Amino acid sequence: MLRIENLSAWYGEAQVLREVSLEVAAGEVVTLVGRNGAGKSTLLRSVMGLHPGQRGTVHLDGRDISRLPAYKRARAGLGWVPDDRGAYATLTVTENLTLPPRVGPDPWPLARVYEAFPALHARRDSAATMLSGGEQQMLALARVLRMGARLLLCDEPTEGLSPLLVQQVGDLLREAKRHGVTVLLVEQNLHFATGVADRHYLLAEGRIAEAMENTEVRSRERELLAYLGI
Amino acid sequence: MSGFLQNTFNGLVGGAFYALLALGLAVIFGMLRVVNFAHGAFYMLGAFGAYVLLAEAGVPFWAALVIMPLALGLLGMALERAVIHRLTRLDPLYNFLLTFGLTLILQDLVKSRYGVQSSPYATPAELSGTVDFGLFDFPTYRVFILGFTVLLCAAVWWVLGRTRIGMVVRAATERPELTRAFGIDVGRWVTPVFGFGIALAGLAGVLAAPMRAVNPLMGADLIIVVFAVVVIGGLGSIFGSVAAGFGIGLIQAWGEAYLSDYPLVSQTVVFVVMAAVLLWRPAGLFGREEAPA
Repeated sequence: MLRIENLSAWYGEAQVLREVSLEVAAGEVVTLVGRNGAGKSTLLRSVMGLHPGQRGTVHLDGRDISRLPAYKRARAGLGWVPDDRGAYATLTVTENLTLPPRVGPDPWPLARVYEAFPALHARRDSAATMLSGGEQQMLALARVLRMGARLLLCDEPTEGLSPLLVQQVGDLLREAKRHGVTVLLVEQNLHFATGVADRHYLLAEGRIAEAMENTEVRSRERELLAYLGI
Repeated sequence: MSGFLQNTFNGLVGGAFYALLALGLAVIFGMLRVVNFAHGAFYMLGAFGAYVLLAEAGVPFWAALVIMPLALGLLGMALERAVIHRLTRLDPLYNFLLTFGLTLILQDLVKSRYGVQSSPYATPAELSGTVDFGLFDFPTYRVFILGFTVLLCAAVWWVLGRTRIGMVVRAATERPELTRAFGIDVGRWVTPVFGFGIALAGLAGVLAAPMRAVNPLMGADLIIVVFAVVVIGGLGSIFGSVAAGFGIGLIQAWGEAYLSDYPLVSQTVVFVVMAAVLLWRPAGLFGREEAPA
């Protein structure tokens, strides 16, 4: 589904990604873990085409999308769930949901979105930034499902959410996976990560330090948490 | 009482020009992140174009009201494609240099051909005379300006607020990069939006021709206040720019009427308001702090 080869990225002079290569198979949920500043968000932004200083290739379903602008990558099936949730203040909740074009074979109809998220339905005509943090996160996820995105790029979707909401995000990602959606996830919450993901990559100083299965993350949880500084 | 109402009416008419110009600046800044210092020059070109069309080709006001915004809108789109779009990747300083340079070029082109003295432009016959409001009479032409501007702002409002195009423009104005990540080709909208902003400036110029002295520097005098208006309303805020435009028009008219013994105060009151607003709300009355993508 997604194949990244030798991806390097810079912020000005500073190199934040160093020849990262990884693959995500169709229908997989894969997390990127790592300390702050390890390059996780930059990796997601580079895949989305939002980071200007990059080198290397990104293939989606065998098609090289490295030179495509972000909007064409979105139309190729990438769903962007940014770390700040990306709620537009000048758009209503419904407009936030219907802004992106439908890009995939299985976009959720608006009615289904509102059935799954009654809280969003109740506030459908409010400015999206009037929603609570948790509702904004649901909005961000609902938006890419309505698009019918085939590969979700989620940047810390559980950050700052209550345990109940974290569970809801998990349920949602598992349901998306059941429908064949692929997810690349930046996540600091290891417990959450092992609950939704199939595999994990540990990023350190801009490189892939380790690739881990769920069982390995669970057995090394204490050590990993200490390493991540959580 | 009638004096106060008359001053208020005058303030709203003056504010209508600020609103039209600020609205254009706001959509351009929102979409391109370019502060268009040449905006006043396009206002001047609108007025001058109307004058030249009438004086040299006998084209009446109503035709000029359609021709000039269209012509200047197209010129704006050509300029955006030719030079303005290059600014996006450059330091903001180049924005100032380029658009200020354009202002000087456009002003001097007009100056070299027509000189610096003001040219008169007759009020169209249909709009001469006054309207009786009971307590006071008001020039018909000014009533027209106010009504026309309010309708135009309402139409722009409707398009921006209620249509798919408006939704895309709002999203792209608020957060261009994020909007690209949602599959929208923001770049496709940049040129028409720039042209539209310029067309509004040209339209304001045509409207101003019968009311204000038509000369090459008329835009330069006005644009300083318009920038204060845009800052007060919140840079890039469409609603804020229109509301602040009318508000500043009122404050200026009241200042001129009731503080006429203190000309320094009445001339600077706009900037005092701007400073006060910025101290209270750094992003302007209706602006938001810049959000990352």
